[in-house]
Amino acid sequence: MSAAASPRVSRRRFLGASAATTAGALVVGFHIPDSPLVAKAAAQGSSPAGEINAWVLIKPDDTVVVRIARSEMGQGTLTGLAQLVAEELECDWAKVTTEYPTPGQNVARNRVWQNFSTGGSRGVRESHDYVRKGGAAARMMLVQAAATGWSVPVAECTASQSVITHAKSGRSVRYGQVAEAASKLTAPTDVPLKDPKNWKIAGKPVKRLDTSHKVDGSQIYGMDLTMPGLLNAAIKDCPVFGGKIKSFDAAAVTSRPGVKKVVKVGDSAVAVVADTWWRAKSALDALPIEWDEGPNVNVSSATVAATLKAGLTADDAVAGAKIGDARAALGQAARTIEAVYSYPHQNHACMEVMNATARWTSERCEVWCPTQNGEAAFAATVEASGLPSAKCEVYKIHLGGGFGRRGMTDYVRQAVEIAKQLPGTPIKLIWSREEDMLHGRYHPVTQCRLVAGLDKDNNVNALHMRISGQSILAGVFPQNIRNGLDPVVFQGLNASGAEAAIGYTVPNLLVDHAMRNPPVPPGFWRGVNLNHNAIYLECFIDEIAAATKQDPLALRRKMMASHPKHLAVLNEVAAKVGWDTPPPQGVYRGLAQTMGFGSYVAACAEVSVSDAGELKIHRIVASTDCGHAVNPQQIEAQVEGSFVYGLSAMLYQECTVKGGRIEQTNFDTYPVLLMKDMPKVETTVKPSGGFWGGVGEPTIAVAAPAVLNAIFAATGKRIRDLPLKHHSLKKA
Amino acid sequence: MPRLNVNGKERDFDAEPETPLLWVLREQLNLTGTKYGCGVAQCGACTVHIDGEPVRSCVRPVSTVNANQKITTIEGLAPNASHALQKAWVELDVPQCGFCQSGMLMAAAALLRKKPSPTDADIDEAMTNICRCGTYNRVRAAIKVAAKARSAA
Repeated sequence: MSAAASPRVSRRRFLGASAATTAGALVVGFHIPDSPLVAKAAAQGSSPAGEINAWVLIKPDDTVVVRIARSEMGQGTLTGLAQLVAEELECDWAKVTTEYPTPGQNVARNRVWQNFSTGGSRGVRESHDYVRKGGAAARMMLVQAAATGWSVPVAECTASQSVITHAKSGRSVRYGQVAEAASKLTAPTDVPLKDPKNWKIAGKPVKRLDTSHKVDGSQIYGMDLTMPGLLNAAIKDCPVFGGKIKSFDAAAVTSRPGVKKVVKVGDSAVAVVADTWWRAKSALDALPIEWDEGPNVNVSSATVAATLKAGLTADDAVAGAKIGDARAALGQAARTIEAVYSYPHQNHACMEVMNATARWTSERCEVWCPTQNGEAAFAATVEASGLPSAKCEVYKIHLGGGFGRRGMTDYVRQAVEIAKQLPGTPIKLIWSREEDMLHGRYHPVTQCRLVAGLDKDNNVNALHMRISGQSILAGVFPQNIRNGLDPVVFQGLNASGAEAAIGYTVPNLLVDHAMRNPPVPPGFWRGVNLNHNAIYLECFIDEIAAATKQDPLALRRKMMASHPKHLAVLNEVAAKVGWDTPPPQGVYRGLAQTMGFGSYVAACAEVSVSDAGELKIHRIVASTDCGHAVNPQQIEAQVEGSFVYGLSAMLYQECTVKGGRIEQTNFDTYPVLLMKDMPKVETTVKPSGGFWGGVGEPTIAVAAPAVLNAIFAATGKRIRDLPLKHHSLKKA
Repeated sequence: MPRLNVNGKERDFDAEPETPLLWVLREQLNLTGTKYGCGVAQCGACTVHIDGEPVRSCVRPVSTVNANQKITTIEGLAPNASHALQKAWVELDVPQCGFCQSGMLMAAAALLRKKPSPTDADIDEAMTNICRCGTYNRVRAAIKVAAKARSAA
C-alpha cells in the first residue's frame, strides 16, 4: 500500500487511523496535503548503511540503533519500545541506543514506522506487535546472513547477545560483522514472536536509556536549542478566547536593545523577535497592544456552570452506555439516591512551556520541536509554510513534559508564521509561563448528576449518570463526532469493551451526555475523561454504601462479581492495605477502582484530617493490571507520577474564566503538589497476560476518588465539586 | 563589560542590569542546564548556587551578583556527573521528563552541604521544587542513598 500514490488514499489512511481509535483517548486527525510530491522524495531516498529494517540499524562496532516512532516525554516509552525490539533481536542490551526517525522520512517511506502519535497511553500497547516483529525479522536476517556466509543451514545457528553461533563447527560471528550482508536480504514474511513467558529484556526492570543526560544538564530540550544566526521570539495571543489583534505600536519598542522585528502572527497574536528571549519578552511586555476582545468577553465560570447545570436535566442528551431501562427502573425503585458532582477546567502546565524553532525560506521549511505527534507537527508545518511537503521537515526534540498538551500544534504553526516573516533566520519561539497558562488546551469542564435506584434489599438495580459539559473531540477532531456522540466522554463507563468498561453489573444502566461546549479550548489531559468519570462513579458508589450502611468494599465486590479483572486489582489493593484490619488511630481509608486505556486499576488511600481541617495523605496502595508489563519499575514510576498529577488536580487546580479569559497565570495561582505533601505509594503490577493495556494514564483516575472517599470516612464530608481547596475540612 | 564567576571560570556577558541571572546563564553563557519554568520563583527549575546557597535565578537581577561571588550551575556541580546525588539519581532512575531535575539536584546538593544526613522533615523543607511528572518519592529516596554513600565514603 502506498500513501504516496494518491493524495486521496493518503488522506483516508490518516483519517482511517483516527476512526479506528475513537474508543481510545487521543485520536489522530490530520492529513498531509500533497502526497504526490512525497512520492518523489521516496524514490530519491535510500537506506543508511547497516539498516537491517526500519526499526533496527547495526553499526560495525555492534552498536544497535533502535528507531523509536513515539515521543519520549518522561513516560519511559523510549526504553520500553527499545526493550521490545531488543528482546526479539537477541542483542546485547548494553549496546542499544535509540533514535527518532523524522516525520518527513515516515511520509517518504510510506509510513513504515506507522503512527507517531504519543497519547492515550498507547505507545506500547498499540505498537508492540510490529516493533517486536521488526526486531525478530532483523534477527532472522542477521542469522540468515551468517548461515549463508558459513554455508550451513539457518536452523543450526543460534543468536544471543549480538552473537550468532554455529555450535557444530564452533564458529561465531558478531552482529556488526554481518549487518551489511543482512541489510541486503529480503525481509522474511513469517515472523514468529516469543511467548512473553520467555522474555529476558522485556518484562524486566531495566534502567531507562535516557537518564545520564538528565543529571548533568546536558539533555537538550526544545527551549535549549541554538544554531548559528538564531533569533528568539516571545508571543502574546489575545487573552480572551476568540479575540483578535486590533493594533499594536511596534515603534514603541523597536529601539529597545536587541529587538529585531515586531510581527503579527495570524489575526490574534503579536510576537517580538530579538537576539535573546529575555529581550524579546521584555519588549513584548512594553509593547502597547489593543485587542478586539470579540464575542466571548462576557463568558465567566458562573455562566459556564449555569449552562452545564441546565444540561443535567435537558432532553438533548446522547446515550453512550445503555443496559435495560434505567428510567423505568428508577420510577419503580424502593429507594433512590441522587447526587450532583462537578469538575473544573485545568491546564496541563508542563514544566517546559510551549516552544518551537523554525527556519523558513521559499525553498525549505524546517522545524525543531518537542511534540507528542511528529506527523501532526509535520502537517501543521506544511500547511503554515505554504510549501510542498517534500520541502518541509520536522525534527523531534525531547519533551519537558507533554501530558496531552503537546499533541496539539498551535505553537508549531506560530513558529512557522513568525519564521516566514524573517526568511532564512532560525526563530526560536518560547512562550512565557503566563502565555502557557492563558492558552492551554484545557481539561474539559463537566458536571454529573447520578441517580441510583435500589431494591428493598439495597441492591443497585438502576443507575442513571447524566454528564453535562464539554466534548474534547468537538473542539479538537469534530470529524470524529458521530450522530452527536463523543465516545471519549464515556471513558470508564462503557457498558463493555476492552478499552474502558464499567466494572459494575447494574441491570438498568444509562450513561448519557448533554454536550455543552464553552468557548474554552479543550484538550486531552493526562487521564482525559477517566479523571472525572472515576470521581463521579467511585465517590457515588461510596455514597450508596454509606446511605445503605454497607462496607464500601463489600458493596463493590457484590456489584463486581461478573467483572473478574476489575475485581482482581481491587482485591489485591484491599489485601495489601489490610482492609479487614483497622487502620492506625486517626487514619481513614477510601477505595476506588476503574478501567481505562485498556488497563484495570485500583487504589486505597489512607488519610487523616486534623481538628483544624488539615489533610494528610499518608499512603496510597495501588494495583494495576496492564496485561503485559514491559518494564515494571517504570510502571511503578508512572503510577507514582500519575498520582502527583491527579492529586494536584484534585487538591488545588482549576482554571476559572472571567471576562472570557483564564484567571490563573502561573504556579502561584495554579499550585502543584510538593514533596512535603507526597504520600507513600505502594504499587503492585499484576500483569495477567493475554492483553496489552496502557500505563501512563489509567492510575491517575483512582487517586482522587480514593482520597475523597477517605476524607468522607474521616470527616463525614462529601466533596462533590473540585478542587478541594474550596472546602473546609474543619470539624463542625 | 560585566563579569561573573561561573563554575570556577570568569565569564564576560552583555545584558541589561535587570536581566535575571537565569537568562544570562542560558543565553549569554550557553549554560542551558538551568531551566526556565515560571519566572516567579515558584517552581525551582532555575535553582543554582551562589556561594553554596540555593538561589532561584529567574528572579535574581544579574546586577545584584558581583564578580567575586561563586556561581555554580548543574554543569559545574561535579566533574563527570560524579556527585553522590547524580550517582544516586542514576541508580534509582529518578528523572522522568527530566526538565525539573537540574533544579532538584541543585536544591538537594545545597541541602546535603548543610545537613549531610537529612531527615524527612529536612527534605520536605528544602525540596520545594515542582515536578509535574511526579518524581518526588524517588527524589527523596535518592537523597537518602546519596547521604548514606557520602557518610560511608
